[in-house]
Amino acid sequence: MNQVEEILTTHRRGFLKSAGMLLVGYAAFDAKAQTPGPYRDPDFHQLDSWIVIHEDNSATFYVGKTDLGQGTGTGFRQLMSDELDIAFDRTTCIMGSTDNTVDQGGSGGSTAMERESPVMRRVAAEARRTLLEMGAARLGVPVDQVAVNDAVITAKADATKRVTYGQLVAGKKFNVTLTGANIGAVTGQAKIKAVQDLKYTGQPLLRDDLAGKVDGTTKWAVDVKPAGMVHARNVKPPFACAKLTGIDESSVNKLPGFIKVLSKGNYVAVVCEREEQAIRAARALKTTWEKPATAPFPTSENLFNYLRTATPTSTSRPITNGDADAAFASAATKLEAEYQIPFQGHTAFAGAHATADPSNGQMTVYTNDMKSYGMRRGVATFLGLPLDRVRVVWMQGPQGYGRTAADDAGCEAAWIAQQINRPVRMQWMREEETAWDTKGPAFLVKMRAGLDASGKLVAYDYNARSCDYGHVGYNEPDTVLIAQLMGIRPARPGAGSTATPNDMYSIPNRKVGGDVVSLPNPWETPLRLGNLRDPNGPQSTFAAESFLDEIAAASKTDPLELRLQLLGADKTDDNGFRRARSIAVLKAAADAYGWDTRPSPKPRATGNILTGRGIAYTFRGLTMVAVITEVEVNRQTGHVYTKRLVCAHDCGLVVNPLSLRRTIECGSLYGLSRALHEEVKFDTEKVTSLDWFSHPSLRHADTPERIDIVLVNGDPNPARPDLPAYGGGEAMLKPLMAAIGNAIYDATGVRIRRVPFRDDRVLAALKAAGV
Amino acid sequence: MAKLDLKVNGRSHTVDVDPATPLLYVLRNDLGLQGPRFGCGLGQCGACTVIINGNATRSCILPVSNATAEITTLEGLAVNGKLHPLQQAWLDEQVPQCGFCQNGQIMTAKVLLDKNPRPTRAQVVDAMNQTLCRCMTYYRVQTAIERAARVMAGGAA
Ligand code: FES
Ligand code: FES
Repeated sequence: MNQVEEILTTHRRGFLKSAGMLLVGYAAFDAKAQTPGPYRDPDFHQLDSWIVIHEDNSATFYVGKTDLGQGTGTGFRQLMSDELDIAFDRTTCIMGSTDNTVDQGGSGGSTAMERESPVMRRVAAEARRTLLEMGAARLGVPVDQVAVNDAVITAKADATKRVTYGQLVAGKKFNVTLTGANIGAVTGQAKIKAVQDLKYTGQPLLRDDLAGKVDGTTKWAVDVKPAGMVHARNVKPPFACAKLTGIDESSVNKLPGFIKVLSKGNYVAVVCEREEQAIRAARALKTTWEKPATAPFPTSENLFNYLRTATPTSTSRPITNGDADAAFASAATKLEAEYQIPFQGHTAFAGAHATADPSNGQMTVYTNDMKSYGMRRGVATFLGLPLDRVRVVWMQGPQGYGRTAADDAGCEAAWIAQQINRPVRMQWMREEETAWDTKGPAFLVKMRAGLDASGKLVAYDYNARSCDYGHVGYNEPDTVLIAQLMGIRPARPGAGSTATPNDMYSIPNRKVGGDVVSLPNPWETPLRLGNLRDPNGPQSTFAAESFLDEIAAASKTDPLELRLQLLGADKTDDNGFRRARSIAVLKAAADAYGWDTRPSPKPRATGNILTGRGIAYTFRGLTMVAVITEVEVNRQTGHVYTKRLVCAHDCGLVVNPLSLRRTIECGSLYGLSRALHEEVKFDTEKVTSLDWFSHPSLRHADTPERIDIVLVNGDPNPARPDLPAYGGGEAMLKPLMAAIGNAIYDATGVRIRRVPFRDDRVLAALKAAGV
Repeated sequence: MAKLDLKVNGRSHTVDVDPATPLLYVLRNDLGLQGPRFGCGLGQCGACTVIINGNATRSCILPVSNATAEITTLEGLAVNGKLHPLQQAWLDEQVPQCGFCQNGQIMTAKVLLDKNPRPTRAQVVDAMNQTLCRCMTYYRVQTAIERAARVMAGGAA
């Protein structure tokens, strides 16, 4: 193991203890001790790129994914230990370091387990097959006459004949060539095991990265300190789309530790010896800017008017069945509503950061970027370096789902390191991060429905406007913020996307579609669009699942009952059994909650606190989710407290139920945070949400008294083979806005079609309705 | 620059820094104590929390020259290699997601339990409410604090 690998695995303590290795102390990275490069891509056709067996009979797995704090590393170890037939605690894994691990894309889309677990299982199974062949040859028996248990191969006829994996490989390589046209298709000759033969998979094993996170020994990307490292801070334009007209270097060049002001186009940064010096100098630097001739965006107060009247940049062809317009025209009861979701920021717990080291004529970037491979390509192109002179080492970092797919700091640190030829650490400050991080798109959704004379839903129309034009990529050299500020533009801006509801309802006449709308100027602006965790899901689900409750109320039907009716209208199996599994999660959530059948709203109570319950359901990919929340609405203050939260979740094969439960629990609360608190505010020239007061987030006091997570997991038909693992990282947060809005309605009879449900908004709505 | 003496986790250090430097940067960059972390630099999130005089103190807004009393950081909680009951409860409950905020959660909870060994849930919420987590581990943090309190009182986990 080289030094980087050692640091990347040191926190996985279980391995080190069982393998009897010494914990190596390291105060700082020593660039000279590092592999000097060039950094070629690991060959995905070589088994050795995926698995290394050590002489002490332990194994290291190389996984080209990153773990955002959900325990995927532990999960891969479970699956691969099973396929390799080695004790879990004799294994470790290295993730997302571009010169060590095959490019599996880092993380994104909750697909780590769904897409990559088959690959990792296949390579581990192939390693086992190879080792069994080697072992049989060593023991002098046919391969079908050997057995393996925890990395020890024995002759079936004579258990004293034994050899370990470590003895067989003895520090050498497998030299086994795999097949498959691309990384996702890589395979050997071995077959993977049946689910019922997996021993560690499905067990609630403890995550291997947590010990170091609670005792302070984990080395995070923020902790990296190559010898000679200095500190950089950005100086951001005070207005969106502003033009830099002057820098007065004399305002800072006498300050202690000052090294350099760097500037190109509208990009400005300051470098100092020490961190606090860089912060001080960046604040003190005098710069002058010219405002753009026209406002780059409307105010946040005026945003929805703007979206309503803007000419779309693209229109998607609606998905239709039947004739929704005609059915609506002739419906006995017509419903129409507009739902509004503002921009929501990533507001990662800490700002973007990276450390770049230009030693040895290479460029190493230490980062928590979830797509380290994308960052490597972006940095290489941006700096004009050949790809094999750049490597990106992924390390632990603060939550930033999606933000760290395009985290900006890697390209900035690398550019500055190249300019000054010294290792440098870039760190965004809180105000900078909250204002200038990438945003999830605002949505305006128009909903229409028609009921026939019997109250049956006969027409349904969903039309979304998503403010998503100029959606940035993954640290692309022409969309990353430093590039934009330097005046670089991609040939085609990111087209952006809109979203349609994910449900399996059977409705006779249905039309769903949407448009993408652009802000007046999509460049060099703090309202840059990026992939916020589940990019468009909460927005479309808020509109669709709230409106479904409006339909239920109009027909005086219980909201759960209506959903089950619409799901049960068609009995045919679909690909992935989504319909059957949708019904299963709804019923599981209702059971866990103790749902009593009645229409919403409930009769208005007297007293200060009004309670109500709300349900919402959706899916993401092949993961089904149903949520029930119970709220208390304070009619004096408008405050909404979520007392109970039930989430029934089906993501197929569960690799680790304990870490999955935690991920669902925390993801649901993140959905709650977006429902209750989160909104980016801006005037016509800058974002005015800057910190945890002006862009609030969920707090301890918002935590429900009781949370129930129900892992439904499974095809309701036992006759069919087991489901594979689907994504578990995002689906749970999608239905929260709708579930809370529906619960508020149930409690108060007031339908609020705009999130977040902050106290003042709720109070105003209650007042307007005379509650 | 000025020479300043600091006592951290039972050890004495002398550093030569601008006295106005926030304690956080001295701990992290000069003393290599990286348990406390930068989250906001504004005293709003708690990521940088250390314990001074029995109080949870936000080191990102405390000038190092004001840190004259003994400082305890996350690295100083374990005794002779044995985790503090809170840290153990954190593992038993599998609290962290990304873990970046957990220094603040654990250190703030330590001060709470030192002052009030058997807090009610309402007291836990009140004491922890200014300590943020963007992964939303709140429910589990509260559960782990109650678990640690039971263990420290001699009860079963
Ligand atoms: S970093 Fe000190 S309170 Fe946030
Ligand atoms: S665990 Fe990630 S911010 Fe709290």
